Amino acid sequence: MAGADVAATAVLNGLAVGLLLFLTAAGLSLIFGMMDVLNLAHGSLFLAGAYLAWWVGGDRQTWPSLAAAAGAAVLVGILGGAVLALLAAPLARRSHLEQALLTLGVALIAGDLFSALFGDDVRATVPPPGLDGTITVAGWTYPRYRLVLVVVGAVLAAAVYWTVERTLLGALFRATVADRDMVAAIGMDPRRARVAAFALGAVLATLAGLLGAPIYHARPGLDLTILVLALVVVVVGGLGTVRGPLLAALLFGQVESVGQAVLPEFASFLLFGALAAVLVVRPRGLFGAATAGAAR
Amino acid sequence: MTAGTLTTLARRPRWLAPATSVVTVGALAAGPFLLLPYATATLTRMLVFGLLAASLSVLVGLAGTPSLGHAAFFGAGAYATAWTAVHQTSTVLALCAGTLVAAVLAALVGAVAVRTHGVWFLMFTLAVGELLQQTADSWEPVTGGSNGLYGIPALAVGPLVADGPATTYWFVLIFFVLGMATLWAVATSSFGTRLRAVRDSEDRMRALGHRATAVKWTAFLLAGAVAGLAGGLFAAQQRLVTPADLGFSTSALALLAVVIGGSGSLWGPVLGAALVIAVRDVLGADLDGHGPLALGLLFVLVVYLLPGGFLRPRGAGPRPLPGIRLLRRDQR
Repeated sequence: MAGADVAATAVLNGLAVGLLLFLTAAGLSLIFGMMDVLNLAHGSLFLAGAYLAWWVGGDRQTWPSLAAAAGAAVLVGILGGAVLALLAAPLARRSHLEQALLTLGVALIAGDLFSALFGDDVRATVPPPGLDGTITVAGWTYPRYRLVLVVVGAVLAAAVYWTVERTLLGALFRATVADRDMVAAIGMDPRRARVAAFALGAVLATLAGLLGAPIYHARPGLDLTILVLALVVVVVGGLGTVRGPLLAALLFGQVESVGQAVLPEFASFLLFGALAAVLVVRPRGLFGAATAGAAR
Repeated sequence: MTAGTLTTLARRPRWLAPATSVVTVGALAAGPFLLLPYATATLTRMLVFGLLAASLSVLVGLAGTPSLGHAAFFGAGAYATAWTAVHQTSTVLALCAGTLVAAVLAALVGAVAVRTHGVWFLMFTLAVGELLQQTADSWEPVTGGSNGLYGIPALAVGPLVADGPATTYWFVLIFFVLGMATLWAVATSSFGTRLRAVRDSEDRMRALGHRATAVKWTAFLLAGAVAGLAGGLFAAQQRLVTPADLGFSTSALALLAVVIGGSGSLWGPVLGAALVIAVRDVLGADLDGHGPLALGLLFVLVVYLLPGGFLRPRGAGPRPLPGIRLLRRDQR
């Protein structure tokens, strides 16, 4: 392969990974911004989506199985989000650490249940016919599914961005982050908005897991890996916004995949090195200052 | 009455905490005479994780900076001790090397960490823990990779060689007491007072001319060094160190122990660690490998039922853990 081909592959891979990360991190950011909860069970939702893809479709997906799994993932996301919102509600006036511990407990329980249901083996699935295999353009081959992932991820990301920035629901979300009392004063219910944000964030995470299943392969421990990556993205991007995590996720996708291509041994170092560098320069994250302004 | 609840120490007779500690340690020293070897080994593990939890308690309760990556220093101490014992000397010097490496690492990490606040501190420490775990996984010539570092010889201090359950236990107990005494001295010193003042109002301390960041950095370093000592003891007992020992799950266990026992207290987290180890190793084994499930339930129960932990100062009423309202609204 020529240099340009390698570069194109790395950039596209980075885009696919970045968009998946964004879908996961956007939910985390919403949940933190709205509910004030640091949701350490977010990776479990991603893993639930990945296991769903395998459970419904088996080692090789079909179009009906993919559709069924997507429907199930939305349902699981809504249910999971609602349960987490209910569990976290009594702790609303307590510390972030206690909420983190609660969601950590939920994550441990979920991980144990996954192991009991699906065993400790890697549960890999192949995308449905038409999406598997590779595509060749001018001598450059690329996995078809990753290309689809970039497109679907971009559409979903745009939908999330549009929902939060341009719709009434999004305005309610942003208003609740900025000033909960004012939202209540104009006759909207901030509690309902917060549960909706939790459910939406959870649905995004399960869908990301479903889409990522052929790439990440559902397995024990994936929940923690994804959680840490999503947290890094949220911390770098800023909390309670959509724009920050989007830029940070795309950035981190590139750092990871270009790093994998150039220095495979040190890709994870690059990622966390970048995090440390950002925190040294801006202790509140790249877009933290802008977020602080919006939150007042 | 309980010993070592440092936030309220001043209201009690000065001799009470040391006296209770001496009685407790005396009772602990008699352990191997009363217990079967297997139970002695479990008790040793409880001491090791107890020391780790107590060092984390200084960060959580006194400094007000809960860390999700404290096991990084535990693991660094464990690996450094193990490596020294395998390749250089299996005397107590190996343990010193482990403590020193953890202290240096904590100094470096702390220099960045104390510049961040709240959720960013949580995330940064978490990232450091993950990074170190990956280092341990991939730096095979030194760490043995995912197989871990094994074949660690029994450590020795003078004539006491830690080669059986009972001698290992006493070996660990000696350094457990040293580590706890260090933490106690730090917490009750004027430095400890400054640390609590920084926790309660960093801006005010700055205005008074104290170097708040330096105070927090020193606390981070000390807690990291004691965690490294605990890691070295872990290596001495297990004779095996694996990448999982410095990962997030170990950090989470330590944090759970602190929250169960009450942050800012020293003996509380040790009790918490004993409970966590009991649930994971004893109950978990009975539950056919469902230790994580039991631990997860424990997490949930503790958060709902025990705000403040066992050794919360009496009459304090329900209140959040000290210094852990991570992100004030004006900091967003």
